[in-house]
Amino acid sequence: MIFVEDKEIVIPGDILSDEEYHSGRGTFKENDKVCSSLVGLVAIRDKKISVIPLQSKYIPKRGDVVIGEVTDIRFSMWNLDINSPYSGFLPASDVFGKEKRELNRTFDVGDVLFLRVVDVDEVKKVKLGLKGRGLGKFRGGILINITPTKVPRLIGKKGSMINMIKDETRCEVIVGQNGVVWVKGEPAMERVAEKVINMIEEQAHTSGLTDRVREMLGKLLGLEPEESEAESELEESELEESELEESELEESELEESELEESEEPGESEESKEDEMELIQK
Amino acid sequence: MIIIITNLNTGTETSARADKRAFDELRNLKIEAGVLERADGSAYLEIGGNKVLAAVYGPRELFVRRLMQPNRAVLRCKYNMAPFSVDDRKRPGPDRRSVEISKITSEALSPAVFLEKFPRSTIDVYIEVLEAEGGTRCAGITAASVALADAGIPMRDMVVACAAGKSEGKVVLDLSEIEDKEGEADLPIALMPRTGEITLLQMDGHLTEEEFEKALDLAIVGCKKISEEQKKAIKNRYGD
Repeated sequence: MIFVEDKEIVIPGDILSDEEYHSGRGTFKENDKVCSSLVGLVAIRDKKISVIPLQSKYIPKRGDVVIGEVTDIRFSMWNLDINSPYSGFLPASDVFGKEKRELNRTFDVGDVLFLRVVDVDEVKKVKLGLKGRGLGKFRGGILINITPTKVPRLIGKKGSMINMIKDETRCEVIVGQNGVVWVKGEPAMERVAEKVINMIEEQAHTSGLTDRVREMLGKLLGLEPEESEAESELEESELEESELEESELEESELEESELEESEEPGESEESKEDEMELIQK
Repeated sequence: MIIIITNLNTGTETSARADKRAFDELRNLKIEAGVLERADGSAYLEIGGNKVLAAVYGPRELFVRRLMQPNRAVLRCKYNMAPFSVDDRKRPGPDRRSVEISKITSEALSPAVFLEKFPRSTIDVYIEVLEAEGGTRCAGITAASVALADAGIPMRDMVVACAAGKSEGKVVLDLSEIEDKEGEADLPIALMPRTGEITLLQMDGHLTEEEFEKALDLAIVGCKKISEEQKKAIKNRYGD
């Protein structure tokens, strides 16, 4: 027996179904009933029922790529704010190896880094690392915060949404799984990208978003959408599939972020090299 | 607006109350979710002459080490009345009353929140009373729970609060300021409507056992009505 429909908005305490369904993310079991614990959209997969939150905080998970800001420098590590209830630390040994160096020469308070979550221990200490393609310090650009659960929506099916923004604004865009987005390009274009990203965040739970984003981009950039009819139709069918991509957060997110990295050798890679040079001096 | 007074001198219970409400009638209620830009979650609530704003931040990092819980988050509440919220200017800052209400608010909301999902962190709830007209603690709890849901904090249920009491010899629902001050008893409760678990029960004044039972039942009915409005407020935020 099920009491809700797929993609319906539910609120905490709503009864979703009885015991014949499994309780997925965003739900809990009570007296053989599956209830929602969040405000979000219902996602039914086979016999598993889950709720995709409309608003959330980032909880660090091993393997995630995140964007963090240096908040403090200690004797042998940097402390970073990763837009989460738990702050992260980057050990100096991860950057320098066995050598001893002054930490503030490499990264100073206020610097923004692109990092990987190496480990989260039982006391919620978040260990970060810089080993990997494209990881390193950002130079210039702007930061935009979005709700972490809306990251897959911003990236889109196989990066369709994010690539559209990149192509249209000619900006570099990097999305951290903690909901921080870094954008660099011409100042006017950065503002366009910011507006579009904020719009995506606001309307992430609605359908037909890709078309509206294209429309908005066209309007803001003062040009007609270049895509042919056939192409946009194709996009739409893709979108229908991607509607509930959010429910497959884990896989798709990881996949997309891998994609992000491999596609973004540009700025971050350079800065990484810069850092390496600096370190070697 | 023309107000047609129909129940004057009819001898029904409706005329017994100062504001012409029936004994089981709530004041006008309005709830709106997501009113503040900077907070993680927020809600604005009006019930009768009460105007209450609730803001939720978190779960976020807790810097006060001695408050930190290794297995769960702490729920910190702050109830504050604006100096202009009452007829005589209220001296700003915490006083005995607001400290008590902050504490009971936290205790009323805690059982509903999955605090164990965010160990070593804090969830901060700020309740600002902009205008007061009796029953602000219940208004505050109701608004805070909408704000918690808006912030995306996992909860077992949306806590809702309502008061009942005794005024001029009659058990009535949702006491107004006059009924609260001049009445015989005030019984604010908070509960989780799905299971009916009561998370707050306070009483001020005197009630017989019978009257208490009656007042409690009345308050529970009131809570359920307010709960519907809470649900609507959340759903309206996302244009449903």
